[in-house]
Amino acid sequence: MENVASIGSGIEVEEIRKLFPILHQKINGHDLVYFDNAATTQKPVQVLDALQAYYTGYNANIHRGIHTLAERATTAFEQTRATAASFLNAGSKEEIIFVRGVTEAINLVASSYGRSMLKKGDEIILSGLEHHSNIVPWQLIAEEKQCHIRVIPVTDSGELDLLAYKGLLNERTRIVSVNHASNSLGTINPVKEIIKLAHQAGAVTLIDGAQAAAHLPIDVQDLDCDFYCLSGHKMYGPTGVGVLYGKKKILEAMPPYMGGGEMIRQVTFEKTTWNDVPYKFEAGTPNIADVIALKSAFDFISGTGKEAMAQHESMLLRYATEQLSELKGLRVVGISKNKVSVLSFVIEGIHPFDIGQMLDTRGIAVRTGHHCTQPLMDRMGLEGTVRASFAVYNTRKETDKLIEGLQRVIGFLK
Amino acid sequence: MSITDTQEEIVNEFSLLEGDQEMSVLYLMELGQKLPAMKEEDKTEQNEVKGCQSRVWLTAEVKHGAVFFSADSNTAITKGLISLLIRVFSGHTPQEILSGEITFPSRIGMDRFIGTQRSNGFAAMIKQMKMYALAFQTRSQIQA
Ligand SMILES: Cc1ncc(COP(=O)(O)O)c(C=O)c1O
Repeated sequence: MENVASIGSGIEVEEIRKLFPILHQKINGHDLVYFDNAATTQKPVQVLDALQAYYTGYNANIHRGIHTLAERATTAFEQTRATAASFLNAGSKEEIIFVRGVTEAINLVASSYGRSMLKKGDEIILSGLEHHSNIVPWQLIAEEKQCHIRVIPVTDSGELDLLAYKGLLNERTRIVSVNHASNSLGTINPVKEIIKLAHQAGAVTLIDGAQAAAHLPIDVQDLDCDFYCLSGHKMYGPTGVGVLYGKKKILEAMPPYMGGGEMIRQVTFEKTTWNDVPYKFEAGTPNIADVIALKSAFDFISGTGKEAMAQHESMLLRYATEQLSELKGLRVVGISKNKVSVLSFVIEGIHPFDIGQMLDTRGIAVRTGHHCTQPLMDRMGLEGTVRASFAVYNTRKETDKLIEGLQRVIGFLK
Repeated sequence: MSITDTQEEIVNEFSLLEGDQEMSVLYLMELGQKLPAMKEEDKTEQNEVKGCQSRVWLTAEVKHGAVFFSADSNTAITKGLISLLIRVFSGHTPQEILSGEITFPSRIGMDRFIGTQRSNGFAAMIKQMKMYALAFQTRSQIQA
């Protein structure tokens, strides 16, 4: 069966599964089926080993030490920056800033860029598909600067209404910030077009790549976005680390976000000068271990082949979508043809919470609720959904278990 | 039956399921389904128990010195849990409810529902029931 599942993608799922120790355990007496990958993915041994190797072999503070360990740690840290730059096809590694994740990246841009560039009456365009972390930071700055937030509406199928977007753009538009793929519905947004239109209106663009990093090809130069961000933990890397890409020119013009060590050139009580980018935005001792291990996550994806991974995941998504659609009372939410491997659904008359809890008794981990996208749920007229999201290590057999579990839930509760 | 005895009875019932998580949850939901319906007009914001991830409404009345609860939830599992709480507390005097200790959830393997994400909700539910008991007790003392 698994061979069938992998046909076309060249992904050897069973081999890949061996790299993920956490998958091989029982939950409530059943083999764990982990379908909460859009929330966070599991980590391969390469990532775990990198963390271990750093702490047991060369833990030291970076950029300041002259001793051997500091030198090694600094080299490894900067290697991740170079790898991140090539992963995103950034023009240079100075355009890569390490952050805690997408949330911090967006807050950084909203605070630094937003605070220095926005003026009263300016407009920020977001979309109805956004995660709260791409809404709230903008609301904070918009309130402070008396700016307005405009929202690209979402269609019934869960796609952005581009025509409406065009209508929102005007000479007051300063920033357009949307996600590359939706965490709630999986919709892949036509970001290249969105960016182009924004630029024509003279606005800068930020792309939230949280749900794209592990699944979609990303080329920031081709996209021509001004900012792009991702979270390591959603792409097989550690928690607490992520990347903000920014065009060098824009980064150089932006004021620092946080003050402290590392980010300065010279400090006097009269006047302090800033370090160059990207260090200007990396105040204090960074998350050294996780940054170093993040390189192993990039390498894991590049080594496995993002396209092959995406193909495998699409196969699972297609299969699961077909099978689930057969179930009585089940409705898939978000039916765009272009989706990352996120499958959101509701079952008439059964609360998502109950579905999630019932599946958990069979060792199946899904997410239920609003997925940090309350405006989107309101738009869809739902309190929440059940969301199954697939990663490269998931199998067709696991999908069958989900279907079986759902059949039981429906059988008992309806 | 005392508050302690009812809880023993619940623990015994669930023990027949031999720790099978799925069966236990199903049984819990079934118990919830049997909970007498709450009047729609009682499902007000005022009667909503804050702190629950799922929505819960709770009201109470006194008859001949004993407190009777009625409740509902939009999720089946939570409704099951409430139905057990009602079974334990309903029909007791305010004094008994105030001094009653809830021990059954962990003993029937249901602490995981209330252990983490729902803990506040479940704790809030018990607290709300005790608040009703306290209010009734205070009222009867004033009247006496
Ligand atoms: C689309 C999207 N944006 C932003 C975030 C926030 O990411 P983090 O919590 O890693 O900062 C998430 C995480 O759920 C997400 O899915």
